[in-house]
Amino acid sequence: MLIFELSSPGRRSHLQAPSCAPEPTDIPAAYLRVKKPVFPEVSELQVVRHYTTLSRKNFSIDTQFYPLGSCTMKYNPRGVHQLASLEGFLQHHPLTPVSHSQGYLQSAYELQTILAEVTGLSSVSLTPMAGAQGEFAGVAMIRAYHLSRGDTARQEFLVPDAAHGTNPATAVMCGFKIKEIPTDKSGDVDLEALRVAVGPHTAGIMLTNPSTLGVFERQIREIAKIVHAAGGLLYYDGANLNAILGKCRPGDMGFDVMHINLHKTFATPHGGGGPGSGPVAANDRLKPFLPIPTVGFDGKHYRWLNEKDCPQSIGRLSAFMGNAGIILRANIYARLLGGEGLCRVAEYATLNANYLMARLKQAGFTLAFPDRRASHEFIITFKKEAKTFGVTAKDIAKRLLDFGVHAPTTYFPLLVPECFLIEPTETESKQELDNFVDILITILKEAEVSPEIVKQAPHRLPVRRLDDLKAARELDLKWRE
Amino acid sequence: MPFIPHTEDDVQAMLDTIGVQHINVLFDEIPENLRIHDLNVIESGLNEMTIARDMKARALKDGGLACFVGAGAYEHHIPAAVWQITSRGEFLTAYTPYQAEASQGTLQLLYEYQTMMANLMGLDVSNASLYDGASALAEAVLMATRANTGAKEPRILIAGNLHPHYRKTVETLVRPQGIVLETLAYDEKTGSIVRERLPTIQHQDVVALIINQPNFFGGLEDVDALTDWAHEHQALVIGVVNPIAMALLKEPGSWGKSGADIACGEGQPLGIPLASGGPYFGFLCTKMEYVRQMPGRLIGRTVDQEGNIGFSLTLQAREQHIRRAKATSNICTNQGLAVTAATIYMSLLGASGLADVAKASHANAKALCDGLKAVPGIRLRFNAPFFHEFVIECPCAADVLVQALLKQGILAGLDLSILSPELSRCLLVCVTETKTKADIEVYVDAVKQALLNISSATTV
Repeated sequence: MLIFELSSPGRRSHLQAPSCAPEPTDIPAAYLRVKKPVFPEVSELQVVRHYTTLSRKNFSIDTQFYPLGSCTMKYNPRGVHQLASLEGFLQHHPLTPVSHSQGYLQSAYELQTILAEVTGLSSVSLTPMAGAQGEFAGVAMIRAYHLSRGDTARQEFLVPDAAHGTNPATAVMCGFKIKEIPTDKSGDVDLEALRVAVGPHTAGIMLTNPSTLGVFERQIREIAKIVHAAGGLLYYDGANLNAILGKCRPGDMGFDVMHINLHKTFATPHGGGGPGSGPVAANDRLKPFLPIPTVGFDGKHYRWLNEKDCPQSIGRLSAFMGNAGIILRANIYARLLGGEGLCRVAEYATLNANYLMARLKQAGFTLAFPDRRASHEFIITFKKEAKTFGVTAKDIAKRLLDFGVHAPTTYFPLLVPECFLIEPTETESKQELDNFVDILITILKEAEVSPEIVKQAPHRLPVRRLDDLKAARELDLKWRE
Repeated sequence: MPFIPHTEDDVQAMLDTIGVQHINVLFDEIPENLRIHDLNVIESGLNEMTIARDMKARALKDGGLACFVGAGAYEHHIPAAVWQITSRGEFLTAYTPYQAEASQGTLQLLYEYQTMMANLMGLDVSNASLYDGASALAEAVLMATRANTGAKEPRILIAGNLHPHYRKTVETLVRPQGIVLETLAYDEKTGSIVRERLPTIQHQDVVALIINQPNFFGGLEDVDALTDWAHEHQALVIGVVNPIAMALLKEPGSWGKSGADIACGEGQPLGIPLASGGPYFGFLCTKMEYVRQMPGRLIGRTVDQEGNIGFSLTLQAREQHIRRAKATSNICTNQGLAVTAATIYMSLLGASGLADVAKASHANAKALCDGLKAVPGIRLRFNAPFFHEFVIECPCAADVLVQALLKQGILAGLDLSILSPELSRCLLVCVTETKTKADIEVYVDAVKQALLNISSATTV
């Protein structure tokens, strides 16, 4: 039932609004609203009950194993959430003079420093509000760099075919044309194709490492050499940073600029689709172009660095300074873990992925890259099962939901047919992983014996499989009486 | 180990299954010359108690001021239920609802949000959120350019009284597309855009006019006249509006003869704390004819295979994970949790409650404005009706007043000298429903006292 269907004319939660608000006398009548918007008219209890009930129709990390590849659905510590929600932080207006903002500024400055260390890059701006905006910032910085040198010929960005969809979409938003670079059989970038593709028109390349195929790009130094020799720069998509914390650093690999997804690697809650935060880190070459504002420190006080301090900046990305609350959370998480704890993140995320991969292999599942180590994630393909039993990756994903497990990422990357991209993260226990293997074995048996159960899944959720075609054809985006 | 559940026995069993001796072997595909062996430059970890003490001290440094600053972020009362429900783990720790059957809670909530936001704006459709008000405006500009396909060299007219940070954000985000931004000067006396002084447009390249209601100075625009002017010139109208104000002021869908084409803005006033500038959320609404040009997620109502009502992401062919280079935007993660809070806020307040918040804010702003006008040396900078913000001109640099009131725990307003030299003595002041008559009197007395101190200092 929709909240609007609980509504009764005249019902209100009076305590929530100011009492005795006078009608304005000094605003021309032509400027005023004539008809009230259609909103629900409900009591406080109705609201609380309705949205509590809705929340229970969600899968979440707090309630289910959520091995969604490339999304790093790890535990979001409660203590972090509580401390970032302290009254002093919540009350703080973004335009408060810096004399009364030192608490937040210090936290942001510390995070800038930590991210620089972790990435091996020299400078950080925390303002991008999600990974995709961080990508925009990084690619716009590369554009600004070339233009600052009068190099207007670099109109093309290289993107591997395994890349996240945001990569090509970002490069287009930044005014570039896209050239796709193929992947070789072992999951690495096809170097020959890359050599042919680069030239004086190459602005740069966007890469994820470990790639979305769940393997480390072993030729990364060679790729950097080829692209740099052609005059292009390297952008690192930080979606998979969780896999390499304290093991190796994008700056050392030869990347010039990158973004970090704080909502993945730094355990900030995903919120049902955000807010995230996508700080961007750069080497000295690209530092002048970082988005503003950033935080500076003179040894005594923290302050905002703006246009005056950074005249070559690509500019602002938001009205204020990014998703400050997420930045606070990432700071607290990083300082709870410390240097040694951050290294453990990569170690146990990788251990969990390789263990799960080994167990699934033993159980007869098909790995996409059987000869490679898993990074923090790996791919299995149901191509065989689709052919033999007529049961697709989508069917198996939906059946997993019946067993109380969130499905892994399906049909991505696009190169591998009928695939699952599985990322268990470091915060899951061996029991949880073993349970997941048992469930997948059970489903595979069902696919063989009674495939209809799998094809018709889910059976035990609030709704059965939804009609997406109807949703798109008969658009219903707003409730009407 | 913090947040890692493995026992030594677990680790050994897992390594045995994989067939390696040590965890570090799992990183053997990383070339040796790229390996690092620790992050010891980063300090050692703290426990929860220690960090709690540290963060409480920091929060104390930032809090406790009586806030009279608005300028794009507004303090409103947030009912207790809003964040208690929003912080439930099932909302907080879920992700983008790609698996619709396992995300009906978030999806239905977003559908309800789309309904309320579209109704508040008087338009057909709302998306499920963008990052913030400024970036939502940039997306609206890109969307208008896609929708108004005739233009060879697309030009956008921007009101000169738009929030300067919005203007700068739009510049950053649309610059690579070769879109030209032209500023419309505001009237010196009223701070508003005057239809009679709009430029003569001679060609078809003007794709949209951006107007804001209220404008950055808090003043109200003649939105009907501006909308009709734009439509007469085949330009679309993008309204940047404060959502709370729309409970009181004419909604974008009713502007002029045919309504604004796109409404966007900052959703923060709807139950989101100030929180140093984020996370907030951007909203974007439009007419049905432009729905396929919209950026961001859209939730549709549909049925499952048994005919039960359900909700799912729809029109995904606009989005990056399907369309890649041809997507309407690169946006992926948006601000779902902030929208969850806003939806609960709007449900609790209802249309009447929201209008009461708007009216009370307006009345309080009016009361402070009247109080300040009576202080010798202070005058109202612009002569125009306003919503809950206004600009005063001081006899001294505005920063002097800001610093003086800060000593009394009052955040007096935004010093506008950052904008232009002619506004160097100007202060942008905001009052919402959160302030009492006593708060307003304290503010006025503090200003009187500060000005007396300044004048006695100069006489001595």
